[in-house]
Amino acid sequence: MTDTLSQSTSQAAPDVVAEEATVKIRVRDLDFYYDDFNALTGITCDIKAQAVTAFIGPSGCGKSTFLRCFNRMNDLIPGTRVVGTVLLDGQDIYGPDVDPVDLRRRVGMIFQQPNPFPMSIYDNVAYGPRLHGVKKKSDLDDIVKTSLKRANLWKEVKDILDRGGLTLSGGQQQRLCIARVLAVQPDVLLMDEPCSAIDPTSVQKIEDLMAELKSTVTIIIVTHNMQQAARVSDDTAFFLQEVMGEPAHLVEFGRTAEIFTSPKDKRTEDYITGRFG
Amino acid sequence: MARRDSKDLANRVALTGFWIAALTTVFILGAVIVYVFVNGIGEISLEFIFTKPHGVNAEGGIWPMIVATLYVTGLAMLIVTPIAVLAAVYLAEYAVQGQLVRTIRFAADTLASVPSIVMGLFGLAFFVEALKLEFSVLSGALALSFLMLPIVMRTTEEAIRAVPKYIRWGSYGLGATKWQTVSRIVLPSAAPRIITGIILATGRAVGETAVVIFTMGTMIYTPVLPTDPGRSMTVHLYQMAMEGINLPAAFGTALLLMVMILAFNLFARWLLRRNRRMQG
Repeated sequence: MTDTLSQSTSQAAPDVVAEEATVKIRVRDLDFYYDDFNALTGITCDIKAQAVTAFIGPSGCGKSTFLRCFNRMNDLIPGTRVVGTVLLDGQDIYGPDVDPVDLRRRVGMIFQQPNPFPMSIYDNVAYGPRLHGVKKKSDLDDIVKTSLKRANLWKEVKDILDRGGLTLSGGQQQRLCIARVLAVQPDVLLMDEPCSAIDPTSVQKIEDLMAELKSTVTIIIVTHNMQQAARVSDDTAFFLQEVMGEPAHLVEFGRTAEIFTSPKDKRTEDYITGRFG
Repeated sequence: MARRDSKDLANRVALTGFWIAALTTVFILGAVIVYVFVNGIGEISLEFIFTKPHGVNAEGGIWPMIVATLYVTGLAMLIVTPIAVLAAVYLAEYAVQGQLVRTIRFAADTLASVPSIVMGLFGLAFFVEALKLEFSVLSGALALSFLMLPIVMRTTEEAIRAVPKYIRWGSYGLGATKWQTVSRIVLPSAAPRIITGIILATGRAVGETAVVIFTMGTMIYTPVLPTDPGRSMTVHLYQMAMEGINLPAAFGTALLLMVMILAFNLFARWLLRRNRRMQG
């Protein structure tokens, strides 16, 4: 598996170089703590660039917690702590010289609950660029238009850009949030159950969107929906907390096609065939 | 069967009791309003609102009192708003939630329950005497702001806390700093409720008597500068009634005062409701 490559010997060197080019995020021996509680342990995996990676597992297994490690969103929760390394393009994002605020521009995030700001559609999308100093109206206009187009929302909202973001339907709101993130041009897009609060037609649109976006953005999605993981992702990681109170860990990580057709681990098989979780 | 009947009876008795209690509340409110209205409406005229009182019995209008009242509460609002809002932002967003914050919150709640006459006495000793601000609109506004501060601070804090976490996270997720998130997302989202809190506190200040009698004085004067003295409508009402000079003028003032406070409260409710509609 991928993690065996990490620190391997010289004969494997050509392989490592080949992998190196496509690995976007490298996680090594990550442990996560909420105060004294060890929520995740010993996680090692490589997230491929320009691909969709799905995190699956039962509720409470720490998938979302792990996802938030990639943009240091957990820093906002008091008492949390990360041990181990997370390399984004080879740079340790928990290094002393990394500002989480800058990191979050590169690693965007979509939440379970669509969360447009209580302002117009235009201002929602322009929020990020404005934060980062874009002031010229024509530049902002361009960014807003491009971002809404990339999020497949432009056609629906181009005549109502000054209307409140909260007046849109749930599915449109989620695509607005995607456009808002795309406006700051992230390399990585984290999606924390982006489809669990919206209607099926919109789910379809968002899944199509992920397929389009992955050529330019590395996508990681947490989902409770096995079919969705199978449909949208290239790689799948299965997390499990086997005993209450014990840390969760990464049980199996590999090509989605393999995980869903011939999982190596019995527990993975049990989970994806619906025997628990 | 008999058991059932007795249950029904108990039910009916209880219901009747609730009804009477509820009606009593409405009746008391209605009685006060009707009484003041009937006694005061005859006084209300353009002359009553826009002219100065004259003669030994203070006949004529109450214009100086209206000006003094609006002036002192307006000034108090200007003083209190920045302090209360900044304090609330600090408490809700920045302070480490612990003993200190709990103490500040407890202090604010206690401050809110200090009898206003005590606040007036303090205002007299501190602003009027010690700081030598004399009986003035400024002294009154400062003392009133003590009264308003805890109300505005606590409602602002609640309003800030009510902004959902996921909206803040949306902002942080785009690479916003804490201050950017607070100033561009949290405060605008909380603004309607903050403004409502300010208006309600102002409404309370308009109706305040004890504080202003000690700090702004009782002189009938149309204040122009903050250092000018003045007499608030409530103080005027008190003097007209208690010194038995001019009871109709007291009722006229009372009616006008009630209308003003009602307008404040309705405006606050309208703001809240309009906002709820806009946010869907």
